Amino acid sequence: MALGQIAAAGPVIPNYAAQSSSCEIHNRFFCAEWVSHNWGPVLWPALREHVVLAVVAVAIGFVISMALALAAHRYGWLERPTTLVTTILYTIPALALFELLAAPVGLNVFSAEIALVSYTLLILFRNILAGLRAVPGEVLDAAEGSGMSRRQALLRVELPLALPAIIAGLRIAIVTIIALATIVYVVYDRGLGVPIHTALGEGPFKTELLVAGGLAVLLALVADGLLVLTQRLLTPWARAQTG
Amino acid sequence: MGWARIHAPGGDLALNTADTAHSEGPSAFAQAAELELRNVSKRYAGQREPAIHDLSFTVPAGEVCVLVGPSGSGKTTAMRLINRMIPISGGDILLGGRSVLEREPRELRREIGYVIQQIGLFPHQTVGENIATVPRLLGWPKDRIAARVSELLELIGLDAPGMKDRYPAQLSGGQRQRVGVARALAADPPLMLMDEPFGAIDPINRARLQDEFLRLQAMVKKTVVFVTHDIDEAIKMGDRIAILAEGGVLAQYDTPREILTRPADQFVAQFVGADRGLKRLALTRLAELKLIEPNGLRPDVSPDGAHSVKAEMSVRDALSLMLSAGGQPLTVLDGSGRVEGLLTLEVIEKLLSDEAAEPRADAR
Repeated sequence: MALGQIAAAGPVIPNYAAQSSSCEIHNRFFCAEWVSHNWGPVLWPALREHVVLAVVAVAIGFVISMALALAAHRYGWLERPTTLVTTILYTIPALALFELLAAPVGLNVFSAEIALVSYTLLILFRNILAGLRAVPGEVLDAAEGSGMSRRQALLRVELPLALPAIIAGLRIAIVTIIALATIVYVVYDRGLGVPIHTALGEGPFKTELLVAGGLAVLLALVADGLLVLTQRLLTPWARAQTG
Repeated sequence: MGWARIHAPGGDLALNTADTAHSEGPSAFAQAAELELRNVSKRYAGQREPAIHDLSFTVPAGEVCVLVGPSGSGKTTAMRLINRMIPISGGDILLGGRSVLEREPRELRREIGYVIQQIGLFPHQTVGENIATVPRLLGWPKDRIAARVSELLELIGLDAPGMKDRYPAQLSGGQRQRVGVARALAADPPLMLMDEPFGAIDPINRARLQDEFLRLQAMVKKTVVFVTHDIDEAIKMGDRIAILAEGGVLAQYDTPREILTRPADQFVAQFVGADRGLKRLALTRLAELKLIEPNGLRPDVSPDGAHSVKAEMSVRDALSLMLSAGGQPLTVLDGSGRVEGLLTLEVIEKLLSDEAAEPRADAR
């Protein structure tokens, strides 16, 4: 143990690849060789795991939030308690929540996803509900007067009109969760948090920290961009202006 | 006629599911039904006074009935009782002889065109999709919906290329209003409800839309319940006018001419205004008058332009011209410019006294 700590005091080259270059030995800012050696065994799998962690969390969070928002849209009194509970979940420090979950749930994917999902709820619930409530009264009146059932009005009118707000919520949620998922490693050693943690423990090892962190940022930007694109495709009417 | 089908056994929706859209012009609007309100009342829980009190009147098929009254008279409430957007507390409403209370509300509403002041077009749908709303709810086949949409776009004069695919945000206020009317007409409903449909439009465009609607109505001949707070609009649009007083009490139900000639009480007289004599004159065209024979005029000589008017002019406008010309008689010309006769103040005086002496028209 003591020996290990002494050994870790200097920049120690991670033993992922058989050979270490001088760039790695000197812990330079960016070692392209290290990246190319470790892309396949370390970085790419971590990135893939990260995507799965984040997408699963936002998808489950979206389903739960949609159900909560539809319920609160219909029964207004549900809004307050739902907001209260999701706010409390949102404010729990992430590391504490992981530790809290570790005992009953275990160090596994469930702890990770439960925590991540709980951070999406407030954002998604509020955005979906705000979107549904922003549908103009006269539009709802016209839908009812045309003989639409509640369900038809919801599916054909309210949800399509709430789409910009819903997607705005998804954008915030996915970016938040991609960032947050880098600390999932404390309960579940998957995702970009693992190489980031490794790099931090080693000096830090700059190249790995930079690449793994950079991938997380890039992933967030790409996810956000994809959602913007989705919105543009789904809501052509939102851009239609006079003239 | 399509309407007969509604009484067929098990034929609730026959008028909408069957082949109502015939190709021969206006018969694509075959439906119109009589509307009868029988002692209808509406009372809201926790309120002492009813919003609508014992309201009874009948609108014959194909006529425009205007509900007019000051705010608080319940005219919009009365209208929304008809398609059951507001539940009825007492009495009954019959559409085509059948109680609306027996109907499933959504089915009923699909048979009643609905136009509101703010129009309520669906902003995420194109003009074509908006118009197709009720046909789609009724499950019409795609090609029939497409044909119907083109027909309606033509009818409202929005058949320019590309118009069908615009979004409401890309239309002017008047265009939006026309699309709203087309959407209401899409499934050829036997009844149209219109709640201050032109209320949010500027005066010049409002007059144009009113004229347009009257032309349209002359073609489609729907039974229409039209709500407004504007007595001038009521006189212009209505075959019959129901004047509601505070508390949803029917003050008078009559033709515009009867209401202007013989207001039922002080409230009605006040509501239609002190200028009701002039308003009455606006209802009559010069062509309908018995003019003075043009004996004194040489028919081959074109009369002085300043003092000649067309026979389609309303008596009110002609009187105004006469007064500004110092009471001089006007020469009335027909469409081809021939002299029809002379209009003098005595002719107008006679019109007013004849109308007042006429027996009451049977309006109830």
